[in-house]
Formats: sequence, structure tokens, C-alpha cells
Amino acid sequence: MNGLLLTTQQALQLLLYGDAELWSIVLLSFSVSLKAILLTTPVALLLAFGLHHGNFPGSRFILAFFNSLLSVPTVVVGLFLYVLLTRQGPFGDLKLLFTQSAMVIGQMFLCFPVLVALGYAAIQSADRRVWETARTLGAPRWFAILTIFYEVRFGLLAAVLTGFGRVISEVGISMMVGGNIMGYTRNITTAIALETSKGEFAQGIALGLVLLSLAFLLTAFLSYIQSKKRVTT
Amino acid sequence: MKCWCGSMMNKLLLVILICIIGTGIVQAEPIRLATTTSTENSGLLKVLIPYFEKQTGNVVHVLSVGTGQALRMGQDGNVDVVLVHAPTAEMRFVDAGFGLNRRSLMYNDFVIVGPTDDPANIHGENNAVRSLQKIARGKNLFVSRGDDSGTHKKELQLWKKAKWIPDLSWYREVGQGMGRALQIADELNAYTITDRGTWLVMRAKLSLKLLAEGDAELYNPYSIIAVNPARYPSINYLGAMSLIAWLTSVEGQNRIRNFRLQGQPLFIPTAIKN
Repeated sequence: MNGLLLTTQQALQLLLYGDAELWSIVLLSFSVSLKAILLTTPVALLLAFGLHHGNFPGSRFILAFFNSLLSVPTVVVGLFLYVLLTRQGPFGDLKLLFTQSAMVIGQMFLCFPVLVALGYAAIQSADRRVWETARTLGAPRWFAILTIFYEVRFGLLAAVLTGFGRVISEVGISMMVGGNIMGYTRNITTAIALETSKGEFAQGIALGLVLLSLAFLLTAFLSYIQSKKRVTT
Repeated sequence: MKCWCGSMMNKLLLVILICIIGTGIVQAEPIRLATTTSTENSGLLKVLIPYFEKQTGNVVHVLSVGTGQALRMGQDGNVDVVLVHAPTAEMRFVDAGFGLNRRSLMYNDFVIVGPTDDPANIHGENNAVRSLQKIARGKNLFVSRGDDSGTHKKELQLWKKAKWIPDLSWYREVGQGMGRALQIADELNAYTITDRGTWLVMRAKLSLKLLAEGDAELYNPYSIIAVNPARYPSINYLGAMSLIAWLTSVEGQNRIRNFRLQGQPLFIPTAIKN
């Protein structure tokens, strides 16, 4: 069938000739997901650190909890957030439903467990002596933490990139709490769902190509830094 | 090495800061309009809304869902105004105090489409109920929206009038929008009922054929209703009313009348009686 070839060709044309609507959707996707990941990262990594070094009762349970949240379905997060943010819900007065902020919050929920679990694994790999040396040399706690984070920076970066991959590609949350409003909350994935429902496959494939190339780039970058890590250690 | 780390940290902090500030920017209160996939897919709103926004300085956020969900959004106060097409459900919505100032806006019609070879032989049938009975009697595949949309409500109403309870051996409830339902009907070679707008947009990509139309039963009126501000004092009631006012004004109604989809007029305005 040359239908697929034809639509892919149309898709490439849309991308190359800078279809304004298409690129604004791409931009929106990145802006929302970047906000989510940047706001989540510091908190999640500190929690991961606390779970590893604190060794308080229940820390293993908390870690197991976050591990199980790794595979939480996005529509469940979306529904949960919808019920919280609806005008009659507990946070209805904030008027957040169907806004970009709601999408950011939902995506933060989504990448938080990823960052905690993978961040924990990375921090675990750090030599315990780094912490002890830094402390005995008189470094304050926060600086010792930063030193550890610096030691395992590649692992942490991998965690962040994985989290970003998870949020940029999700559709359930964006659709449910974003509402797919054109020019405001329509992102790559909800636009693909909409264009497909209208039978406009070219536009959908064009957006899909953007996501795919992003996935390739992230994977390539990950394996690059992993190879670099092997050289440096 | 430490130096690199420091500058990276600074940059990261800067980016985070910018993001937080960016999230905090407040825009003028938008008007949230929940509407059906049929008005959005046909491109009508894309043509109308910019005129309204330009003239009044308002910003409209369009949420395109099924009628059932749109009314629910209004009931929960998550939108300011709804534009839907299910008269009975609309009356209930208004009677329950969820909405007020219901104005009839325009109408178009539903059509029954199906496979080209038309095994149920409904081509040219001008009685919708009889068409459905023929489809059911022959156990021909029928795709139902199944999403509580205006089209779905109309379809259920017709089955009731046909005195037929569809059974799952030939009745496929897909729970999706009109465009998707048409695509599924196309893939399955099934019959379905659709609003004319979505049909006109989609027909070039489908092998289905328009088979039955023109019954008064297939009349499809649209109304616009403001969400009751007494229930939700903080909603944008003024915005909702200005949108209703504009759409039911002479200009709004003329723009609806002059809207063309593939050269065909699609909606007939009803707000202003001569």
C-alpha cells in the first residue's frame, strides 16, 4: 500500500516546511514536560538520598512503594487528579483543571517515582567513603550530598532522562486534566489522538516522528554518557 | 571539574527559576466552552471563535467532548458555558438548576451511513426508525458511539422507537468520538448514525456511503447554555453570556449560516425568529 508512504511524505513536508500549528504543539509538549521534570528532580533526588542514607524504619517500605508506582497507568493518575481538581473537589477553588499547570502537576506525579527509584539505584552505587571523607574533611551536610550527587551524576542524569521520556510520551494525564484545548493544553500526544480520530494521519505521523526522534536522541545520549562513565571510573 | 559542576548547577537553578516564574504568569480569565466533537470537527468553531475574540477581547478555551461529558463539566462547574445537542438532557440540565439562559442556536441533521453494498437495503429510506429495524432484522453490523454523546442519545432514542433492543452479536458499542466511530464502521463494514458535519469531513477517507437521510426524526438542534453562577460564583458568567450574546446576534447567526464545509452549508441558525 502506498497510503502509508504518502502520509509519511506529507508528514515530513509538514515538519520541514515549519507548519506553525504543529511546531507550537511540539513546543507546548516540551515546555510542560520540562517544567514537570525540573520541579520534581530536586525533591525526588533528595528523597532518594534520604531513603538510602537515612536508613530509618519504613524506608525499605517507602522504596518498595515507589517501585510499585513505576508502572502506574497514566489514566489512573489523570482520573485521580481530575477528581481532586474538579470545581467540586477538594482543590476546586484553585481553578487548575484544564490548564497547563494541571498537566505539569500530573506529570510530576508520574515522574516522581521514576526519579526516586532510579535515583536511589544511582546513589546506592556511590562509594560510601565519599560521604565519610567529605564529612571528616569538614564539609557541611548539603555539600556532602552534592558531592555524592556529583559522583553519581551519570546515573542521576539517566534517571532524569528516563523520567522525561515517561512524561513527554504520556497521553492519559494530558487528555484528562489538560482537556486538549487548542493552543493552550494540546500537546504532541493528545494532538495525535485527536488527528487520528479525525482521520488526519499525516499530522499525527508528523508529531509521532518528533516523539520518535526524541526517543532515539535520548537513548543515544544515554548510551553515550554510559560509555563515558566506564572510561572515567 | 568542580568549576564545571558549579556552573551547571547555576544554570539548572536558573532554568528552574524561569520555569516557576513562567507558570505564575496570569492571563485574562478565559471563557471555557465545553462542546461536542461535531462542532469542533466540522471546523465551525475555528471560524466563529476568532471573530468573537477579536471583537470582545475575550479568549475562548474550547473543550471538545461528547454532549454527556460536556453537560457533566457544566454541572461540576469546570466550564463556563456548554454548546450541545441533546434537547431532553439539556432540559434536565436547566431544570436541575445546573444551567440557565438556554438559547437555541442552530440545527443540522443526522444521517445513516453504511457499506456500499447495503446488505440491509436501506438506501433511499426516508424513515429512520424503519431503517434501523431493517438493519437489526438482518443482524447487520451496527457501530454505536456508546459515549453518552448527543448522537448516541439520539441513536438510543431511535432504537426505543423502533422497539428493538440491540444485541451484542451485531451491535458494536465503541465508546469513542464520531470520527473514530466512522473509521471503525468503515473497517468493519458496518452501519452507523452520524451528524452530517462529521460525515462531510470524513467521507473522502471512508468507503462508507450515505444511505438514509431527511427524516424529521433526524433533526439535530444545538443549544448554548450558561452554567448557573449561583452554584459557582467564581465561574466566568459574564464571559459565558457575552459568548451566548454574540453567537445569537445577527452577526453570529449570519456567520453560522455562511459557514461552508466543502462548499456545502451545514448549519441553519435558529436564534433569531423573523
